[in-house]
Amino acid sequence: MALNAVVNNPEQAGTTREQELIARVQRGHNELFYELIRPYERRVYAAALAILRNETDAEDVAQEAVLKAFAHIRQFRAEARFSTWLIQITVNEALMRRRRERTVMMEGIDERRAEESGYAPRDFADWREIPSEALERKEVRQKLADALATLDRKYREVFVLRDMEQLNIQETAEALGISVASVKTRLLRARLMLRELLAAGWERGWFSRLPFEKGNKPW
Amino acid sequence: MVDREAVNCELAWREISNYLEGDVDPALRARMDEHFRACKHCASVLEGARNVIALYSDERMIDELAIEVPAGFGRRLERRLAQTARLSGTRWSSWSAWLVPVAALALIAGGLRLANSLSDSPPFKFSQAQPGHDIPPGMVVVVSTDTDSKLFHVAGCPFIHDKNKVRTLTAKQAIEQGYTPCLRCMRKYLNVASDHGAELVGDGDSEAEELSAGR
Repeated sequence: MALNAVVNNPEQAGTTREQELIARVQRGHNELFYELIRPYERRVYAAALAILRNETDAEDVAQEAVLKAFAHIRQFRAEARFSTWLIQITVNEALMRRRRERTVMMEGIDERRAEESGYAPRDFADWREIPSEALERKEVRQKLADALATLDRKYREVFVLRDMEQLNIQETAEALGISVASVKTRLLRARLMLRELLAAGWERGWFSRLPFEKGNKPW
Repeated sequence: MVDREAVNCELAWREISNYLEGDVDPALRARMDEHFRACKHCASVLEGARNVIALYSDERMIDELAIEVPAGFGRRLERRLAQTARLSGTRWSSWSAWLVPVAALALIAGGLRLANSLSDSPPFKFSQAQPGHDIPPGMVVVVSTDTDSKLFHVAGCPFIHDKNKVRTLTAKQAIEQGYTPCLRCMRKYLNVASDHGAELVGDGDSEAEELSAGR
């Protein structure tokens, strides 16, 4: 039963396989390193692109990051997730590139003032939780991506870097060349706007076939 | 400092993102908790924002962003990794390293014209013609001097591009200079496995191709 549970859970099985690969690469089987990072190629590139916003630089930095991970693989400790470690290396590389090229543009005072004006949510209905299991469905992921795509670029960028690529607030500010205060304000708006878009999505039936969580009432 | 009385809905909305980040001081956090317990609207906003973060932070969502990895990214990356490994004196034998010769063998077996048309394919052609030939080493042969063809022929072979622009040498010299026998005129000296095989290799004869194209 326990064995089946592991075999039937691809995520668990993948993790076990990944741990095996890491251990073997750390023992000197360098030829397995590409197999180890291949599932994350897209994430690494996406993280670099989100920061650099230039495809050529993003590829260059993504590759440099992987080479750096390769050079330091023996320092990786199993307490961390390999993907998090790899993405963090990529983010550091991308931020270093930005600093080196001095391409950071700080926002103007007017823009910062505009950020500070208030934002009020429009929908106060009881929130009906969308469980993470719903992401197993391609159409749900696509709807969420579509909702994100409707945000203004300045909100979307902050949200992608902080909530998807997992940069911290300071790193996000540095990556975008804006103040920490602006990151916080844009992040707040992005999160609340997405909440409203998903709430509207419920009404349009995006998630209508999802099982209801006990205690979460539809509005 | 935030006045206890000032923690109203508006302040709760303004600070909700910082609250989720764990970026509010303990006193404000305690007052916000109190507010969320009392105000179901703000509790709904909080739950929704928390749900948004949980959903979008899932790694599967990264794949839904319309970001395409540039073509050849993986190949270029693997090549750099292999170079790095070699420079550091460690081993590297990736799947693509043996995929290349396997693919080449598949091309040979299939007799694909694409493989035959590659300009750097003499080893391939030679591999079928050279080992099994009975061409007398001293036999006089000719090679074309006005094309890049690496074939040698019997004088008068109809597949020579321009019979007036040829150089004469022995078969031994021609082979030493990297020439391979023309499969048409040298056929009787070659132990080619079958007509089919000869035809496949012959497809790579650029002069013959030009002739059959009416040039």
